[in-house]
Amino acid sequence: MTIEARFRIARDDFRLAVDLQLPGQGISALFGPSGCGKTSLLRAIAGLDRHPAGRLVVAGETWQDDARFLPPHRRQIGYVFQEASLFEHRDVRGNLEYGLKRVPQAARRISLERAIALLGIGPLLTRKPHTLSGGERQRVAIARALAVSPRLLLMDEPLAAVDFERRQEILPWIESLHRELDIPIIYVSHSPEEVARLADHLVLLRAGRVLAAGDVHELFTRLDLPLALDNDATSVLEATVSGHDEEYRLTRLVFAGGELVLARQPVAAGSQVRLRLAARDVSLTLARQSGTSILNILPVTVDGISLSDEAQVTIRLLAGGVPLLARITRKSAAELGLQAGMEVFAQVKGIALLN
Amino acid sequence: MFNEADLTALAITLKLALISTGLLLLFCTPLAWWLAWTRWRHKYLLEALIALPLVLPPTVLGFYLLLALGPNGPVGGLMDALGGRPLPFTFAGLVVGSFVYSLPFVVQPLQDAFAAVGRRPLEVAATLRAARLDRFFSVSVPLARAGFFTAAVLGFAHTLGEFGVVLMIGGNIPGSTQVVSIAVYDHVESLEYAHAHWLSAGLLLLSFVLLVAVYALNRRLRLLRA
Repeated sequence: MTIEARFRIARDDFRLAVDLQLPGQGISALFGPSGCGKTSLLRAIAGLDRHPAGRLVVAGETWQDDARFLPPHRRQIGYVFQEASLFEHRDVRGNLEYGLKRVPQAARRISLERAIALLGIGPLLTRKPHTLSGGERQRVAIARALAVSPRLLLMDEPLAAVDFERRQEILPWIESLHRELDIPIIYVSHSPEEVARLADHLVLLRAGRVLAAGDVHELFTRLDLPLALDNDATSVLEATVSGHDEEYRLTRLVFAGGELVLARQPVAAGSQVRLRLAARDVSLTLARQSGTSILNILPVTVDGISLSDEAQVTIRLLAGGVPLLARITRKSAAELGLQAGMEVFAQVKGIALLN
Repeated sequence: MFNEADLTALAITLKLALISTGLLLLFCTPLAWWLAWTRWRHKYLLEALIALPLVLPPTVLGFYLLLALGPNGPVGGLMDALGGRPLPFTFAGLVVGSFVYSLPFVVQPLQDAFAAVGRRPLEVAATLRAARLDRFFSVSVPLARAGFFTAAVLGFAHTLGEFGVVLMIGGNIPGSTQVVSIAVYDHVESLEYAHAHWLSAGLLLLSFVLLVAVYALNRRLRLLRA
């Protein structure tokens, strides 16, 4: 299953022209600054806005082309808005049942109980929306969207309207949807942290155009894209927990590029984790350093160096084929004589576990 | 106390207000819905037209209605061609007059309520598989219920209070088109102050109770939202 979307939107103050193929599984993030058209694109996919000359095919089924336009209520989607937008005249259960009742029995693949359990909202069922916290409201909204057994879940910055702590409260639930359900998710966000944490596939949007689309690990580290050139550039990599060192309270991880350790994490050996390496926490040496406090030293190959007149450059590295970034001064890069193909050592000072 | 003619006038008044309010709600709900959502650039023209009864002297309104409904008017002519009776000086004519006179009191609360509910709940309902009419009844109506209540009560109370329009096209026929407001006027003319008191106080009390209900409800809703 794939999702093919082609839309042209022309309004007085805004233009959008995209032609996308999205994978039929995992989380695809539409990522870009506000005003880049990511919400407009999501609304077009949902059918909430009708634009002529659009084409949308989901899993072989045409939802929109020149001849037809399926209205939103006939598209098998779930939609989570930025504000939870619960029906204030119904309690939580009434909100959940609203959509469920309109789905024929035969098309119900996710039971109400499952949706409630997936978002942990069992204790809230008899509450009225105005008595819920922001995080609870958004979890109810997500469960409500799941209760219609969507074939495609659309989420429009579901965390943008809640504060930092609520965000940390909701994110694990979204991650569990990803693990537990076989429903592709299109997730709109302007937050690199959210995208690094959640996305498998990434679509970078700028001013109504697709700058690039592809695997999230790849796009975070491409030197021709703005993400890698920022001082906050990061690389995202997948690793397996190989064990714990209880004496020093450390967790050991392996990935294709070698072994990494970080402070003891509450994760089981054998589990898959996603890591974030801030580019400015990665430094480079020509020979393996001894007598250093840094534990994580990886042999890497220089893959490319960004062009810049600024103080900082970004170096793209491959560790066992896995792309990583290092953000160092242009002067250091020159003095080390770094060029593509060189074998060097990356010293990684900070690693964050993303899930 | 009330004499028999007064009770008849009271019954006619309540019947008129009930029928007018019912018809107004049926007609104004789609109209207010359309006004709340249309992107028509000139909708203010229609809004001004609907608001006219708020500012026109009832006699002016009554005068034009009399002409329009009369045998030589456009509506009267049509009625005649269809084999109907002319409307002036009948109860049906009163209903038409009240309908026009109270129209803004019903359209405006409904339009405001639909606008206050906003598009978002409708969009949410659409993504939850509700078709257009389903969305209207399952989302807009319950969320705009305070607007419906206000519209109904104001339409009803305002119809109770009309005088000029009713006088012009109803003609003050006891048992058919004589309503309370005109009966009061007659009593005063004939210096029957005791009767005028009873009827006036009755109307005053009823109208007050209705308005208290509207304002109390609005206050409760404001508190709920805060």
